[in-house]
Amino acid sequence: MAQPLSAARQEILARIRAATTDVTSISIHHGRKLTARPGDPGLLAQRVADYRATVTRTDDVAGAIAALLAEHGARRVAAPPGLPADWLAAIPEAVRDEPPLAHAELAALDGVVTGCAHAIAETGTITLDGGPGQGRRALTLLPDLHVCVVRADQVLADVPDSIAALGDTTRPVTFVSGPSATSDIELERVEGVHGPRRLAVVLAA
Amino acid sequence: MSFPDAARVELDKAQQRRNLRKATTTIRAKRAAVVAEVPDWEPLRDEGARVKDEALHDLATHLERLEVAVTAAGGTVHWARDAAEANALVARLTRAAGSDEIIKVKSMATDEIGLNAALAAEGITAHETDLAELIVALAGDRPSHILVPAIHRNRAEIRDLFEAELGETGLSTDPAALTAAARRHLRERFLRVKVGVSGANFAVAETGTVCVVESEGNGRMCTTLPDTLITVMGIEKVIPRHADLATMLTLLPRSSTGERMNPYTSLWTGVTPGDGPRDFHLILLDNGRTATLADPVGRDALRCIRCSACLNSCPVYERAGGHAYGNTYPGPIGAILAPQLAELRDHTALPWASSLCGACYEVCPVKIDIPTILVHLRSRVVREQGAPPSERLAMEAMARVFASRRRYEAAQRGARLAGLAAHLPGPLRTWSGVREPPQAPRRTFRDWWRSR
Repeated sequence: MAQPLSAARQEILARIRAATTDVTSISIHHGRKLTARPGDPGLLAQRVADYRATVTRTDDVAGAIAALLAEHGARRVAAPPGLPADWLAAIPEAVRDEPPLAHAELAALDGVVTGCAHAIAETGTITLDGGPGQGRRALTLLPDLHVCVVRADQVLADVPDSIAALGDTTRPVTFVSGPSATSDIELERVEGVHGPRRLAVVLAA
Repeated sequence: MSFPDAARVELDKAQQRRNLRKATTTIRAKRAAVVAEVPDWEPLRDEGARVKDEALHDLATHLERLEVAVTAAGGTVHWARDAAEANALVARLTRAAGSDEIIKVKSMATDEIGLNAALAAEGITAHETDLAELIVALAGDRPSHILVPAIHRNRAEIRDLFEAELGETGLSTDPAALTAAARRHLRERFLRVKVGVSGANFAVAETGTVCVVESEGNGRMCTTLPDTLITVMGIEKVIPRHADLATMLTLLPRSSTGERMNPYTSLWTGVTPGDGPRDFHLILLDNGRTATLADPVGRDALRCIRCSACLNSCPVYERAGGHAYGNTYPGPIGAILAPQLAELRDHTALPWASSLCGACYEVCPVKIDIPTILVHLRSRVVREQGAPPSERLAMEAMARVFASRRRYEAAQRGARLAGLAAHLPGPLRTWSGVREPPQAPRRTFRDWWRSR
C-alpha cells in the first residue's frame, strides 16, 4: 500500500527508532487466550440495577416492552431494522429507521427499543455492535429512553469474554453500562446527561 | 510559577481543599472496593504494563501497522511533530469540511496542545461538551483534575456561571438541575455542528480500532453525529491487538472512576457506511513523546492510561490541587510527564512535588514506578541544570562534617548548644521554610558511650 509522503511522519518514525536503540529484545506477550464464557443472568440483573437502570426479568418480552413504554409515557418510539415482529407490535407508534431518520427526528422521539449483541454479567454491561435489531449508533443515543432486550443465552461472564465474542469486528461497538451519568458537580452522581436518561433492560428468560 | 510557590497560593483556598478531600477520599474508597472484586488484579496490572511496553518498545512498527489498518478501513492518518502542527491540521481539516466550529470531547491531548485557543486564533469556535470542561471553559478557568476537571468549583459558583453565560434564569443549585441546563445548552450543538474532535484512550494496531471511554454520552455524540470526526491521539496510545482491550478495559474504569465499567465505551474502525461520520481523520501526535521515549527510565511514564488513580492517592495532590502543577497533567503522573514532554528546565521543581511515599505506584494499573522516575528526574535536574548554589554549598559542608570524626562531634555539640536554627537566613530559607528541624538530643550516643 502506498504510504502518504509526509515529512512529519518520516521524522517521528526516525525519532522513535533513535529513541529505542537500547531496546534489544521486545517481549512479545501473546495476549490472553480469550473465550466467550457464558455468564449468570442473575448477576447481570443485579449489576445493571447497581447503575440505577431498571431490569425486568420476564418470559413475555413483548408484554414487558409494552408495559415499560406505557410506564414512561413513550408512544413514538424508534424501531431499528431487524427488530423481531412481536417486539415491534408492542410499540404504540413504531417509527422505523428505514430510510434513516434525520438526527433531529430521532431526538424528538420518546424512546427506542433494541436487542443487543450480548451482555456482560460481571459489569452489568450491554454490548451493541449494530447487528440486526440494534440499529446504527445514533438510534440508541438520541431518544431519551432506551429499552434493551437481552436473551439469557446472550449473557457472557466478563469483559474479556465480550472482547472475545466481538472478535476482530470492524463495525462500531458501544458498551453501555447504565444510563449516561456525571459526577462533575461536587462529585454528586446525576444520571442522564447527554445519552438516554433512562435505560430499561428486559432480561428474557 | 514553580510548584512550591503555586502550592502556597492553592493551599489557602479552603473550598478547593474541602472539595479535593471529599473527591479523593470518595474515589479512593470506590476504587478499592471494585479492585477487590477482581481476584487476579495484580497479574492484570503486570499484563497492562506488558501490553503498553510491547507497543512502546517497538513503537514505529505498531504505528505503521495502525496507519495501514485505519487507512484500509476508510480513515486518513496524519502525523504531527508538535502542538503547532497538530493544531494547524485540525484547523485545516475543519475548514475543508466547510465548518467554522467543532464539538469536542474532553481530551488530555487537545488540552496539552492548546487546541481551543489555537482554533480561536484561526476563527474557529471549539465547543467543549464535557460538563466539567464546559464549566471550566465558561469560567475562563483551568482544569484541576484529569477526571473531574471542575472539582475546585462548588454548585453555587456553577449556578451563577450558568445564569451569566448560558442565559438561564431561576436555576437551582441542585446538580441535577445544573446538569439538565447543560444538556439543553449542548443538545442543539450536537445536532448542528458538522465536525467533532476527540482524543483516544486506546488504538489497536492490528485492526485500526479507536476506543473512547466516557460517562456522559457527549463522547458518543461527538464521535457519532458529525459528518467529520478528527481524533487527536498521542503516539503512546497504541496497543498491539484487539484482545488487549480486554485487559485495558478491565483496568481503566476500576482504576479511574471506581466503577466496574464506565457508562459508555465506544469503539470504531475507520468509517462505517450508514453509521456515523463519513470522514475520519486520525492525527498521531509526538509533542515530546519521542524525547520521553529516549530516556530508558523515564519512558515508562508513556504507559499512562490517564486513569488519575495516582492523583487520588497522592497526599501532595490532595492538598495542593491540580493547578499547583502548572500544566495539563497534574498529580504524580504530571510530575513525571510534564518535565519529560516539555523541557526539563521549565519544570525543575516538579520532580520534588512528592514525598516519595509510593502510594501512586501501588494503585497504578500499568505499574508505572513513579517514585523511581521522580528520583531519576531529580538527578537529571541536578546533572543537567545544576543544583541551586545554596544546596550545593550545604551539601559540600555536610560532606566535610561527615568526613571527619572531629568535625562531626564538634557539629553535634554546636547543634546542642544552639539548637538547630529553625529559620535559616537568606537563600537557605527555601530549605528551612518547609521543614521542621529535628530536636538535638541533650546527650549524644557518642557521649553516652564514652561515659560508660
